[in-house]
Amino acid sequence: MQVNQEFRPKIVAFCCNWCSYAGADLAGTNRSNYPADVKIIRVPCSCRVNPLFILRAFQRGADGVIMCGCHPGDCHYTTGNYYARRRMTMLFSMLDYLGIEKERTRVEWVSAAEGAKFAATMNEFTATIKGLGENKRLEDLRCKTQ
Amino acid sequence: MQDTMMKRASELLADGTVVRVLGWKNGEFVYDPTPAVFDSAEALAQDFVYHDFCGSNLSKYLIELSRLEGKTLVFLKPCDSYSLNQLLTEHRIDREKVYIIGIPCDGKLDPDTVRSSAEGILSAVTEGDSVQVETMYGNVTLNKADCLLERCTVCKSHKVVVFDEMLGENGTVNPDSNRFDMVEKLEAMTPEERYEFWRGELSRCIRCNACRNVCPACSCEQCVFDSPTSGVSQKAAADSFEENMFHIIRAFHVAGRCTDCGECSRVCPQHIPLHLLNRKFIKDINTYYGEYQAGAEAGSRAPLVNFTMDDCEPNVIYKGGSK
Amino acid sequence: MLRIGVFVCHCGTNIAGTVDVKAVAETLGKEPAVVFSTDYPYMCSEAGQNIIKDAIKEYQLEGVVVCSCSPRMHEATFRKAVAAAGLNPYMLEVANIREQCSWIHKDMAEGTAKAIVLGRTAVAKVQLNAPLTAGESPVVKRALVIGGGIAGIQTALDIAEAGYPVDIVEKEPTIGGKMTQIDKTFPTLDCSSCILTPKMVECAQNENITIYSYSEVEAVTGFVGNFSVKIRRKARFVDEDKCTGCGACTEKCPVKNAPDAYNLGLSNRHAAYIPFAQAIPNVAVLDKERCIKLTKGKCGLCSTVCSAGAIDYEQQDSFVEEKYGAIVAATGYNPINIDGYDEFAYSQSKDVVTSLEFERILKADGPTEGHLARLSDGKQPKTIVFVQCVGSRESGSAHGCGKEYCSKICCMYTAKHAMLCREKYPDTDVYVFYIDVRTPGKNYDEFYRRAVEQYGVHYIKGMVGKVAPQADGTLDVQASDLISNEQLHVKADMVVLAAAIEPDKSARPLATMLTASMDTNDFFTEAHAKLRPVESPTAGVFLSGVCQGPKDIPETVAQAGAAASKVIGLLAKDKLSCNPCVAHSNEMKCNGCSSCANVCPYGAITYEDKDFSRRKDGTMMRRVASVNEAVCQGCGACTVACPSGAMDLKGFATSQIMAEVDAICK
Repeated sequence: MQVNQEFRPKIVAFCCNWCSYAGADLAGTNRSNYPADVKIIRVPCSCRVNPLFILRAFQRGADGVIMCGCHPGDCHYTTGNYYARRRMTMLFSMLDYLGIEKERTRVEWVSAAEGAKFAATMNEFTATIKGLGENKRLEDLRCKTQ
Repeated sequence: MQDTMMKRASELLADGTVVRVLGWKNGEFVYDPTPAVFDSAEALAQDFVYHDFCGSNLSKYLIELSRLEGKTLVFLKPCDSYSLNQLLTEHRIDREKVYIIGIPCDGKLDPDTVRSSAEGILSAVTEGDSVQVETMYGNVTLNKADCLLERCTVCKSHKVVVFDEMLGENGTVNPDSNRFDMVEKLEAMTPEERYEFWRGELSRCIRCNACRNVCPACSCEQCVFDSPTSGVSQKAAADSFEENMFHIIRAFHVAGRCTDCGECSRVCPQHIPLHLLNRKFIKDINTYYGEYQAGAEAGSRAPLVNFTMDDCEPNVIYKGGSK
Repeated sequence: MLRIGVFVCHCGTNIAGTVDVKAVAETLGKEPAVVFSTDYPYMCSEAGQNIIKDAIKEYQLEGVVVCSCSPRMHEATFRKAVAAAGLNPYMLEVANIREQCSWIHKDMAEGTAKAIVLGRTAVAKVQLNAPLTAGESPVVKRALVIGGGIAGIQTALDIAEAGYPVDIVEKEPTIGGKMTQIDKTFPTLDCSSCILTPKMVECAQNENITIYSYSEVEAVTGFVGNFSVKIRRKARFVDEDKCTGCGACTEKCPVKNAPDAYNLGLSNRHAAYIPFAQAIPNVAVLDKERCIKLTKGKCGLCSTVCSAGAIDYEQQDSFVEEKYGAIVAATGYNPINIDGYDEFAYSQSKDVVTSLEFERILKADGPTEGHLARLSDGKQPKTIVFVQCVGSRESGSAHGCGKEYCSKICCMYTAKHAMLCREKYPDTDVYVFYIDVRTPGKNYDEFYRRAVEQYGVHYIKGMVGKVAPQADGTLDVQASDLISNEQLHVKADMVVLAAAIEPDKSARPLATMLTASMDTNDFFTEAHAKLRPVESPTAGVFLSGVCQGPKDIPETVAQAGAAASKVIGLLAKDKLSCNPCVAHSNEMKCNGCSSCANVCPYGAITYEDKDFSRRKDGTMMRRVASVNEAVCQGCGACTVACPSGAMDLKGFATSQIMAEVDAICK
């Protein structure tokens, strides 16, 4: 068994189809590197991201969850990201209140043209999560695969 | 008060305004009265009670009762009236099917604190700043402030916000209730301290669902925790994760809709201060999106189904709002 | 459990270069429920699609996962293939192992491991997919063109020509746009007005075209095939139907000091005005900021001289509400504000002008009536310096207003200006300072070479560092010649700055209303940079002209026609198939609380009281939500607002997203 193996976090990124998922595609087209630890789930809009999904990810052992959407004002569905913004603010504040590291969750607005920003955000977020180490406070050990 | 209420209820039953009355009757003991429905003057005379242990919020029961034939008379304390308004906003109750009598409230007694000072309670009556407790072993006088339910010590409003008639004088909103003091105390702690605090509290949870069952905002036709397809229906309190999730999800579900009636904490058999979760949301909403009291006005739009274009960014919680 | 097939694409070496596709196919083949797994160099090719079709039949597949490029690229392709084999097209999921895997990772082991997770996630999701059927919605056979410049005019004419009604909304009092202000056009040097004016007249005369001039789009709701648009018709204080355009009011108007926007403020006009002689509609406007009657309540002269009785001081903004099947953005451009470029002395000297101002000076109906003259003293300049790339190709802008992109049209119009100066006034010395001269385009380089070779224009590679106005009225132009590597001083009489162009300021709020995306420069984003250049990613919204990116007149006209043909293609359909990934309410769980309706941007949710009695006696009425599937656009806002989880989104169901989360975190 190898000791001191580098900690590779599990990071879930929820991306809206119209801006951020396209931004992530652009990061790929531009060959902008970011860690393979980030896995993207496509949703139609950031307003589709139920706080339950984020809690579920933590329950299942995710070490960080980031939600990306269109910039406020640019939502494909006009207003979706405004609701998402309030929900996520409330959720993050509550997680913080319970003493769960708030740095494990983040919202970033990434437009379809911001491939570079997408990659930079993911690099930075992954570094933050690596610094925090494993998520222990919300993981359900029963869900852990050995 | 009990007699006035009973008299008025009997009149309204007699003249056909209502066909049933939602009130309280005593449980096994005087300090555990329970909500009850009465359909005649006789039934009222037999069981109807109203005293300072009648803390329970009756509004939630009207969801079912207002679907029945005929009007239901309900007695609402100030707290309960906010819940009713919120349920009206959410179209859960047909206003036409409810006759509301507002009753003033000066705070309800916490049976646990009273019992810790007096055994064998037969009755308890508040008089000014004191509580006269009649027990099997004689009378005891207690300081009222020490015996109140937590929510009553930081009462947000003495005002009944929706009624057809008031019995007695209506009160006013109390803007200086200090109800967020404890939330602020927790916010001032380090994350580790907060985590320890909540572990200490939430690890006592036995998932009895009392908080959910009593909560007027938790009145879904089918609760997500009872639905195997919702992905959150785990029941067993097997480890630290479980109660965290249950209470975060529940608090989030009622965020912006919770009127802070305090029933969750009142009924928790493990004495978990669940209201501190709800009040955190209420405080955050007030701070970030402007003062909002759920249920203060029927028809108001809950903050989480609302927005303004210049709402703060989620990173506001990373202190100061800057990245 | 559904029988799943997995198809891993190499995309040549695009994927196979950093992902061990064989290993991915092999590993995913071992997932429970996966009954077939293979890889192929190009899954999107006909042969690749046939592999999928054959496997569906041979292995009775019930769900398909393709590990390939972004679903934004080929999801539709694979859906068609799956449908051709008899499977519901929505029983397909695409795992994005190119843009979101092979292209961003360099290490084969990492790329492969991630591709496997992405594939497994798609398998987990498709397991919960349900067959979906697209509904249909009717198409309103009317188009809206926003912007009445050459882009909007051409688009509208082409749509109208195909027989569909089309409305033009133009914020200025007349259509025509920038092209009306231009003197000559490159590379043919024909007169801009001469080729534009007939098209403007055609717009006015075409019975399929309605022009809303002096109007702005106020609100847009709806979706492809069925947009509702509210148009504000700004009060012009002249009844458009009565005004004959005789010009009596403009002549008699005592206010003479209003800056003339048509001349870019280089001359003045009256408060009552018609923008220029060929304006369409040829109707006067009262400038409400300057009209004495409208500001002080006195005067009223124009009303007395108007024999048509068209003046109406009481006129208010009015609104038009109309339904459209398609919307074309053609909002155009403006030169950037170059006040920040102090070194060129633009704000200090009247003889330092922008190229568009220079167009006005050259044009017969401009401030100098077409004579090449300095604005300071009316003298004919003997030496003119043109400065290229003012605010274009500027990275890390020191001026705060520079643009990183090339404005594309400046090299050509500067060559045109230089040539016109030399032709009309052969005694003029003309210098052009440039970074690069970019003249791709038919007959463009030949045009530029003529400027240099035939007309003797001095092209100097190098940038102007400073323009210093001198006491004698000349301008000392300090520049560097990069080829001879020396500093130059040119004593000029006039300096012309090729200011960068930027999208019109109205584009950003319009994009918000249309929910069309924009890039960081506020140009509209196209649905695909190469393959769908005139469509916005928002269905039913099309792009015409410079609002999509810098382009010259021929290119704009070509794109305008392309946008029109896309619009015609859409309007020719009677019905559109809707997105079947729409919200759905479970009545058994619905509380009827209206949270979903509160957040629905489309008003797609309605409520009804339904009887849910469980006993035979009596009724149990409950208020429940139902979704109008033709109106729902599938954003999913309602699903999260719903407290009881009664609302779910087809194709992106809660259970599906949870399954994806679980698969990623496994």
